[in-house]
Amino acid sequence: MLLVVLSGFILAALTPFVGKIAKTYLPWVFSFLPVLLFSYFLTHINSLSSKTKLTWSYEWVPSLGINLDFELNGLSMLFALMITGIGSLVYFYSIYYLKGHPYIDRFYGYLSMFMASMLGVVLSDNLLVMFIFWELTSISSFFLIGFNNEDPKSRKSALTALSITGLGGLVLLVGILLLQSVGGTYSFSDLAANKSIILESSAYTWIVLFIFIGSFTKSAQFPFHFWLPGAMKAPTPVSTYLHSATMVKAGIFLLAKMTPLLGSTALWNQTLLIVGGITMVYAAIHALFRIDLKGILAYSTISALGMLVFLIGVGTEKALLAASVFILTHALYKAALFLITGIIDHQTGTRDITKLQGLQHVMKPVAIAGYIAALSSAGFPLFLGFLSKELMYESTFHNPEFAWLLTSSLLFAKILLLVAGFWAGIKPFSGSLSNELASVKGPSAFLWIPPVILGIGTVLFGAFPALLEKSLMQPVYESISGNTNEIYLSLWHGFNWVLLLSILTLIAGTLLFVYWKPTLQKLEKTIPFEKISPQTFIENFATGFWVFAGYWTRLVQNGYLRNYVLSILAFLTIIMGYRLYEGVSIYIDWNQISAVTPSEVIVVTLMIISILFAILSTSRTASIVALGVIGFANCLFFLFYSAPDLAMTQFSIDTLTVLLFMLVLFKLPKNKVFSSNRIRVRDAVVSILFGLLIAILTLEVFVEPSSTEISEYYANNAYILAKGRNVVNVILVDFRGMDTLVETTVLIIAAIGVFSLIKLNLNPAKDQ
Amino acid sequence: MKSLVFKTASNYLLPLLLLFSIFILLRGHYLPGGGFVGGLMASVAFLIHSFAHGLKETRTIIRVNPGFLMPFGLMICLIAGLSPWVLSLPAMTGLWFDEPFKFVGMVGSALFFDIGVYFVVVGTTLTIMFTIAETV
Repeated sequence: MLLVVLSGFILAALTPFVGKIAKTYLPWVFSFLPVLLFSYFLTHINSLSSKTKLTWSYEWVPSLGINLDFELNGLSMLFALMITGIGSLVYFYSIYYLKGHPYIDRFYGYLSMFMASMLGVVLSDNLLVMFIFWELTSISSFFLIGFNNEDPKSRKSALTALSITGLGGLVLLVGILLLQSVGGTYSFSDLAANKSIILESSAYTWIVLFIFIGSFTKSAQFPFHFWLPGAMKAPTPVSTYLHSATMVKAGIFLLAKMTPLLGSTALWNQTLLIVGGITMVYAAIHALFRIDLKGILAYSTISALGMLVFLIGVGTEKALLAASVFILTHALYKAALFLITGIIDHQTGTRDITKLQGLQHVMKPVAIAGYIAALSSAGFPLFLGFLSKELMYESTFHNPEFAWLLTSSLLFAKILLLVAGFWAGIKPFSGSLSNELASVKGPSAFLWIPPVILGIGTVLFGAFPALLEKSLMQPVYESISGNTNEIYLSLWHGFNWVLLLSILTLIAGTLLFVYWKPTLQKLEKTIPFEKISPQTFIENFATGFWVFAGYWTRLVQNGYLRNYVLSILAFLTIIMGYRLYEGVSIYIDWNQISAVTPSEVIVVTLMIISILFAILSTSRTASIVALGVIGFANCLFFLFYSAPDLAMTQFSIDTLTVLLFMLVLFKLPKNKVFSSNRIRVRDAVVSILFGLLIAILTLEVFVEPSSTEISEYYANNAYILAKGRNVVNVILVDFRGMDTLVETTVLIIAAIGVFSLIKLNLNPAKDQ
Repeated sequence: MKSLVFKTASNYLLPLLLLFSIFILLRGHYLPGGGFVGGLMASVAFLIHSFAHGLKETRTIIRVNPGFLMPFGLMICLIAGLSPWVLSLPAMTGLWFDEPFKFVGMVGSALFFDIGVYFVVVGTTLTIMFTIAETV
């Protein structure tokens, strides 16, 4: 199982080494990976319906409870099949779609990385591991969205997507950590046993909110939805894969996975209902104002995701069943529509819906797939969409509360989505071929076979729901709802309100499709509203942040060493001063303090004189030498109190410092007074205050009785354990040798830093 | 600095100071001293020489680029630290020869560790100093 999850990463890691040689064959080799994985998961489908729990466990960081535990339950099976199944189609589709692209090897590397992370998300039983895969999907989708990395718009939308989903992921991490601290484990299946503790804990609200933010950002819920239309800058196979079938559904997956654990509370259901409902309606309205095919699909995807969140929010058994079926339905028809859009784009060079018509004359198979997808999205009988639509209406209609409100908003979104689906799946193909498109050729079989396969799946499952019922949907339903009632999917429910609603949707949608035409004018009418869209708000916030960061940098990183030192000292003074304000306990035991010796008096006088000299001297050299004298006087103190090692080191360091200053000083002009008297007074005040604080702190330290345990241990064991009599040295090279090793490394890094900073020439023009 | 006395003196100072730094390095385990201080002293020796004769001449005396001494020293440290693995002991365990050597005294992995530190310190200090001196 570990191999199954990680194989994509392994292939991706190999890409840079084989890519250059085998660019033409590489896509073929890669494309068999998802097929293999798909068949692997298919072989497990029987054991799934026979209710044996499939788990695999590998140790990773057992001491922290982070293990590579994988579990294949109904929900993860559904997603794994979608990821690998639609993945296979996308892989094969891209062979032709990106044929001859200079970075095709890179593309397959990213795609494999993405597929592997996605599999990791849906299969992990350990929440922290799931989080890691979760963020990996954000990162790999960042690469994929920004695949055309020379296009600034592409880069920008990749960044937007990464910042929204990545940030949401971090919030999710907080949620997971909270969940762990309450539930006591990262293992999802173990958490289930502690359900009541989690539900009753005070952290429950926070856990739910954090998990919501993680899911909403990933699944493009209002108000975080805007990254998804932007992400349509990615190549179409990517949009197919990431933005309809898999990644955006990760948020839905998480909500569905958490429902048995955290669900069935008012907080959970109502929030999901409201957010999902708003997203569903808002995005559906938006979709009707777009004229770019991918734009329409992006917004209808957001709407569909909203619908899923909405259904999880409704939370009844029927609603959860509807959600399970709709996940599959949506993946099948939306992936097909995206692939078809890709074909149209590839062959005609435009995605403008107002210009496209009559393409069925040149690309028959694509048209058939398009019709099937559109009809399934509309929910016509015999298509898979019909099943999910019936289930949805049934769940909202029989909901005990707000049944009419829920049903009508669902109906409204469904009608609009029907139009959007028809635009993408029917409009480009119907009618007569215009002159502009007369020269369009039919696509290669590689391009049209994948959407046709998806279409076949849609019809097959739609007409014979028994195929899905026991094998896949029953386990999915069980893992979402947490109970084991038998479910049944049927085409015919008899004449009732639900059927009437279905018919109403179809009629109203078709009428709307006939009378509401997509035009450029309609798109332009939406532009004034963009000022109040969440996207603008967040973009403005981001710009504001940039401006603030700029000001802040100029304030604290202004390039003058003296200002850095000043701000550091001032900051420390304020912080420590605040602490001292609370009260100081200084007690000096005069009896313990030995008499001042004449030599000490001499050294202190020496120090004071050299300090005054350093400050007041006009000669730079004299100041430096005076500083050196202070250092040497310090050495004498170390010697007085028998720390010869310290004294030696300080002595050498001080010599080196003075020498270093000398090196630089030769080259500098004469000392000038840059600072006015006012600045000098300010500096003096800050430094005197700082010195005072340090003195007070030192005196405070004396009050605390110091523990001699450690120094005694070292003194006693230096010779026994390390055969050395110089305790300081023994500590450095033996007891704490690892520290020294790392410190020397830091020294080296510092030297390299100085070297590169000085040698680095950021402005080559200056030389000339 | 074009002072004849300083130049001549530095010629004699360099070997003397280097010898002293090695002496400090070797006695570190028993008496005040060690790789860090020794390395600093060696750097001082080279720096004084460079003051008197100019950087170029000092570089020719050192022969190797001081930057090279840093990874060299770190490597010695690592080898000294990890050598106990050969005897399947935990890393950083002190290994010692049974008999003391002439002039040096007891020799163990800690001494090699100190020698590594010595080289790292010489390399680091000289790299920083030379870079600054050359560029300013």
